[in-house]
Amino acid sequence: MAQIDKTENNQTMMKKLLIFSVVMFVFGYAMVPFYEKFCEVAGINNLLQPDKLAKSMEIDTDRWVTVEFDANTRGLPWDFKPLQRSIKFHPGEPVEVMYEITNHSDREITGQAIPSYSPRFLEKHLRKFECFCFTRQVLKPKETRVMPVQFVIESSLPEHLHTLTISYTFFELPVGSKAVSEK
Amino acid sequence: MAAVHGDVHGHGHEDHHPTGIMRWVTTTNHKDIGTMYLWFSLAMFFTGGFLALGIRAELFQPGIQILEPEMFNSFTTLHGLIMVFGAIMPAFVGFANWQVPMMIGAPDMAFARMNLWSFWLLPIAASLLVSSFFVPGGAAAGGWTFYPPLSTQGGLGVDMMIFAVHILGASSIMGAINIITTILNMRAPGMRLMDMPLFVWTWLITAYLLVLVMPVLAGTVTMLLTDRHFGTSFFNAAGGGDPVLFQHIFWFFGHPEVYIMILPAFGIVSEIIPTFSRKPLFGYSSMVYATASIAILSCVVWAHHMFTAGMPTVGQLFFMYATMLIAVPTGVKVFNWTATMWRGAMTFETPMLFAIGFIFLFVIGGFSGVICAIVPIDIQVQDTYYVIAHFHYVLVSGALFALFAGAYYWLPKWTGHMYDETLGKWHFWLSMIFFNLTFFVQHFLGLAGMPRRIPDYALQFADFNMVSSIGAFGFGMSQLLFVYIVIKCIRSKEAAPEKPWDGATTLEWTHLPTPAPYHSFEKPPVFKPVSH
Repeated sequence: MAQIDKTENNQTMMKKLLIFSVVMFVFGYAMVPFYEKFCEVAGINNLLQPDKLAKSMEIDTDRWVTVEFDANTRGLPWDFKPLQRSIKFHPGEPVEVMYEITNHSDREITGQAIPSYSPRFLEKHLRKFECFCFTRQVLKPKETRVMPVQFVIESSLPEHLHTLTISYTFFELPVGSKAVSEK
Repeated sequence: MAAVHGDVHGHGHEDHHPTGIMRWVTTTNHKDIGTMYLWFSLAMFFTGGFLALGIRAELFQPGIQILEPEMFNSFTTLHGLIMVFGAIMPAFVGFANWQVPMMIGAPDMAFARMNLWSFWLLPIAASLLVSSFFVPGGAAAGGWTFYPPLSTQGGLGVDMMIFAVHILGASSIMGAINIITTILNMRAPGMRLMDMPLFVWTWLITAYLLVLVMPVLAGTVTMLLTDRHFGTSFFNAAGGGDPVLFQHIFWFFGHPEVYIMILPAFGIVSEIIPTFSRKPLFGYSSMVYATASIAILSCVVWAHHMFTAGMPTVGQLFFMYATMLIAVPTGVKVFNWTATMWRGAMTFETPMLFAIGFIFLFVIGGFSGVICAIVPIDIQVQDTYYVIAHFHYVLVSGALFALFAGAYYWLPKWTGHMYDETLGKWHFWLSMIFFNLTFFVQHFLGLAGMPRRIPDYALQFADFNMVSSIGAFGFGMSQLLFVYIVIKCIRSKEAAPEKPWDGATTLEWTHLPTPAPYHSFEKPPVFKPVSH
């Protein structure tokens, strides 16, 4: 009798531990939305959402900054370039620049641009209101598109910074997958 | 270790089991399965060691001599995977299989057939890993941590690795469930939790860590697999994923994993030090609480592996302080071991030598761990040989030395024969010298900026690398001595004394004959608690 009790106890314990393992497996997956939510709340990684316009943008007319523009593609037959290499302006001044993409191939391709800024932590002083990276871009065969980026470099930019770089890389979106901007 | 034959047993009844090869294939006996785990991990230890020597041979001199960079990367990747999942972890499970039932007075593990299953999954996973070297594109080469995007890009070898990790994870979870159930449900009457030997305690906590984090690893590699083949974008930036997310999930598993590999080592050392000091363990309950604290803390420090991946300063500070906090319970343990030896009637047989070597070198590894935890320093030493030196001090001279200590300690109980004490001492001293020759200089290389996982290096690193390679080959050769000692011990004609260690107090020494009979404790022993 005691033996049967023991076996039953063991079976119950195994079931509990198996359920616990399954819960932990699901927990691994739950970390994905949790991570995204955490980044959103903490304001990390939100490079692909439009920033809100501050009420009064203070223009620092004593300083000049130069922003250089860079464009890359990774693994898709697109030609992607900024229409101006660089511009010079005062911190706090709103600026608009244009980029051009051309699909050289004979198929429709969906791409997503991912930004990268230099120097590090530039995103703290950069407010972007309009960008082609906020949505996916679908280009028909041989189509060319000109797209704007509107932004402000805030006057909180550290004094020693004079030259900044804004870079974009286009990646091909696999068919059926969601773009970053649509999450 | 295979010498536990039916004719040597203490209970006076016949043991019915098949003989020859079928005995090993069909056995559900915890001792047989433990033996198979130990032989398997020894074989994997030499496989991983072969890869390590390949790495060290390439790094003997600057320039590319014997391994092409792709092959070199596969060597470092598979060396890590095989040593972690194939050698260290199964070796501790082997110890648990042999020792846990005997130390708590149970007749066998709770689920004998599941036990067999969890063992036989291992050779399958190992052959997947090893044979991935011979598929087109070669074995996985993105490091043992298989970060994307490298791991989402590789060829068939990466898929084989992912599958192997799945299987190993399943094996570990089953093993852990078995161990928890055995410990919680099958102790001898009268043995309370706080009467259990420390080896059993550390394994109970380790097994809980295993069921906590191995499923998360299984989830991570599943995401990797669907990213590779089924169009999901968990870690693909263009598709909306984030490679940094992988690092978070991986290290949520990965950091407790390093404690999974060291807590049972703490347990083994906590058995050996009191035995050879002929004193009860100092601070038994603080040892238990320290082990539990380490396990809990280990779950909230994972991002210290990712300080350079980009993280808010608040996050860096949290993970830095939480990591440094682990030094407190670990310090309690080291203090207790030292206090156990204090004024003890100490003798220095091979198990004790390895245990003391463990404490000495593990503390060095612990200190370099605290150094790596400091954010500004970690940004300097991230991915350098300093980190390599650090984790080899805790894994080789930590986990592995404890395994050797445990093997020498229990070999007489398992085989009924004494190992060769002189050769054992030789094994210890050779390992000690060559280990330090290999890894101590890597601290200097790392501080000077030599990056890990690169087959070539700048000329100023040449001398230390040559020293390290000489040490590595010496260390590798010294381990052949261990195989010789074990085989000699098994084949020895001379019977071991009933209780070769007069200071031993756990049930397998006090209540069972030497060698341990094939079936032990079919009637639970009468356990008298000793006050700790």
